[in-house]
Amino acid sequence: MEILKRALAFGLLLLFAEPAAAAISIVATTEDLASLVREVAGDRAKVDAIARGYQDPHFVEAKPSFILKLHAADLLVVVGRELEIGWLPPLQLQSRNSKIQPGSKGYLDASLTAKILEIPTGQLTRAMGDVHPMGNPHYWLDPGNGRRIAAAIRDRLAELVPADAGYFAERYADFDKRLAEAEKRWDAQMAPFKGAKIVTYHRSWPNFCDRFGLDVIGYVEPKPGIPPSPGHTLDLIAEMKRQGVKVLLVEPYFDRKTPDSIGRETGAQVLVMPPSVGGEKEITDFIKLFDYDVKLLVQALSASGAKGRP
Amino acid sequence: MRKPIVGLFVVLQVALSAPHGAAQAGPEPATSDAVARLERELAELRREYTERLTALEERIRALSVPAPAASPPAAVAEPAPVPVPAGSSKVFNPDIAVIGNFMGSAGRNRLEPEKAPLELPEAEASFQAVVDPYARGDFFFAFSPEGVEVEEGFLTFQSLPGKLLLKVGQMREGFGKVNGMHSHVLPWADRPLVAQNFLGGDEGLADAGLSLARLIPIGSTFVEATGEVYSGTSTVFQAQKRQDLSYVGRLRAYRDLSEAANLDVGGSFAYGHNGQTENGTTKLFGVDATFRYRPLRRALYRRFIARSELLWSRAAVPLGEVKSFGGYLSGEYQFARRWFAGARFDLAGRPFDTLPNDKGGSLLLTFWPSEFSQIRGQWRYTKHGLGGTSHEAIVQLLFAIGAHGAHSF
Repeated sequence: MEILKRALAFGLLLLFAEPAAAAISIVATTEDLASLVREVAGDRAKVDAIARGYQDPHFVEAKPSFILKLHAADLLVVVGRELEIGWLPPLQLQSRNSKIQPGSKGYLDASLTAKILEIPTGQLTRAMGDVHPMGNPHYWLDPGNGRRIAAAIRDRLAELVPADAGYFAERYADFDKRLAEAEKRWDAQMAPFKGAKIVTYHRSWPNFCDRFGLDVIGYVEPKPGIPPSPGHTLDLIAEMKRQGVKVLLVEPYFDRKTPDSIGRETGAQVLVMPPSVGGEKEITDFIKLFDYDVKLLVQALSASGAKGRP
Repeated sequence: MRKPIVGLFVVLQVALSAPHGAAQAGPEPATSDAVARLERELAELRREYTERLTALEERIRALSVPAPAASPPAAVAEPAPVPVPAGSSKVFNPDIAVIGNFMGSAGRNRLEPEKAPLELPEAEASFQAVVDPYARGDFFFAFSPEGVEVEEGFLTFQSLPGKLLLKVGQMREGFGKVNGMHSHVLPWADRPLVAQNFLGGDEGLADAGLSLARLIPIGSTFVEATGEVYSGTSTVFQAQKRQDLSYVGRLRAYRDLSEAANLDVGGSFAYGHNGQTENGTTKLFGVDATFRYRPLRRALYRRFIARSELLWSRAAVPLGEVKSFGGYLSGEYQFARRWFAGARFDLAGRPFDTLPNDKGGSLLLTFWPSEFSQIRGQWRYTKHGLGGTSHEAIVQLLFAIGAHGAHSF
């Protein structure tokens, strides 16, 4: 009888016991945002990303396994500017989680406080390719925007977990300091190449080039999202030769066939430059992403003998 | 247009000649004092206006340039330039898209000998928006040569407790995989024979009703159980009385096998009155499986999808019960950024008679000029249960305008 009572008590305890104060669960749509969340949230959150860093974030499959992740999330951080428009809305709808729907406290559009470039003006049509009507969504590739996103995350986390607000503020201040130091380093490394001309595959780098003073004179894609065409490639080769462009950046998820042939024709170095955290094994966080990319670029630019504008 | 210009000219001439005329009238000291005073006032005015103009120009510049390009990395976030909508009411307009489905066919088709060689069998218009904090609304209108119909029009409640998702309205029923797909997301130009014979073809098993789906996560496996009730009047089920409802149940499980591969399986059941006899009913049982492979790094260029659905039907007819079976097995392989090749094998009996099965096969080649259009060629062979064969070549052109919809999975 005693045993039965104890078993019953234990069973009740299991049923009604509050689970140990669980950390807040955060899902970010990309590894870049997840890294910034980790910087601020530290050990007070369980952080998960949907798109991998070596994957094209425009074309992620809306797998039901992501629905499970979103279902358990207290906060969803998105890149916004319609980057995730092809896959996130159905996942959000099916997540059965009202906390992370647009407009809720648990939904954070990281672009709202960031500096956004290439916001189109005038009439827009898809004849221009897959244009983003709200501006270029690759804005995280500017350390300054990383800082702005981290600040937005800090503020939102403080709203969601007021008890830990001080902790988040401290973590942010520490990240801010480390980022500022790193920026000095990157600026010094890139300084000799200010104004250097490059070509990129997709329009992924306007914020990066704006920040470090690189001049993008053309794209391998004739229009955003449209695969390379022979005519455009020939024009690009001629233009690169005319302007003496010696570096071509390719995101890891694009085919290298066309970039390589452009490289052969023009003598330009083709660099596979990851635009996201996780794009290469050693790129484990936001600061390391710029460490990696800046190092790669500086090596290529110095090897090519490229010089910045006098 | 000429008159106002002439008028303006006259006014200008008068204005310009007036002080000139006054100066010619005589160099009286009083007048020259007045002129000097006027000049001073004019100079004062000019200075004042220049200042105000400069201030205004600065303000306009500050407004139109979101942030100076060479600004140091500011710790304070700059306000994001959020586009200002032209009209306040437009913000709440639903996302609108229209998808055209143009078909050309050649060859012999024994079942539809009258089929037009070129046609636009369907144009689909979709209107989708959030209704309120609790629900969103989706409407799909199908415009076909037969007229306009509400293909789907439903409300989805996404903030229910208990991991539930409720849909209410006119919708494609959750039986199997292919029935839920709109024509433009199919990996083929047509629907498999099993869908033609048992699930109402293009229109599909669609009806007005309720659908309640519960998420049952088991570890990292996604499991969803769905129960649906419909009024029982579709191309498949025909209610004789108001209480002759039809029911659909489905259990779906999905699991990532790796980062690149995943498996999606399901079992479905549908029940309803078939209109063959006063109380005759049809029961449909289905199983489906989809295997997908898409390496993330090469996701733009490579993917492979294998899918199959099998269906068993038990239908009460005046002379007893007809048991029949159908199914398909299909594979698609993406071999370049814009190219897909595919093949499908078909087998299908008929719900109300015991004729030999229809059999068929298709070969497909699809080209995507962009995300918003695709051209597909399909060669289709059918051996009809009634006797005879068909060989057809089908060309399909799909094109979408309007809002960027999500990709189906």
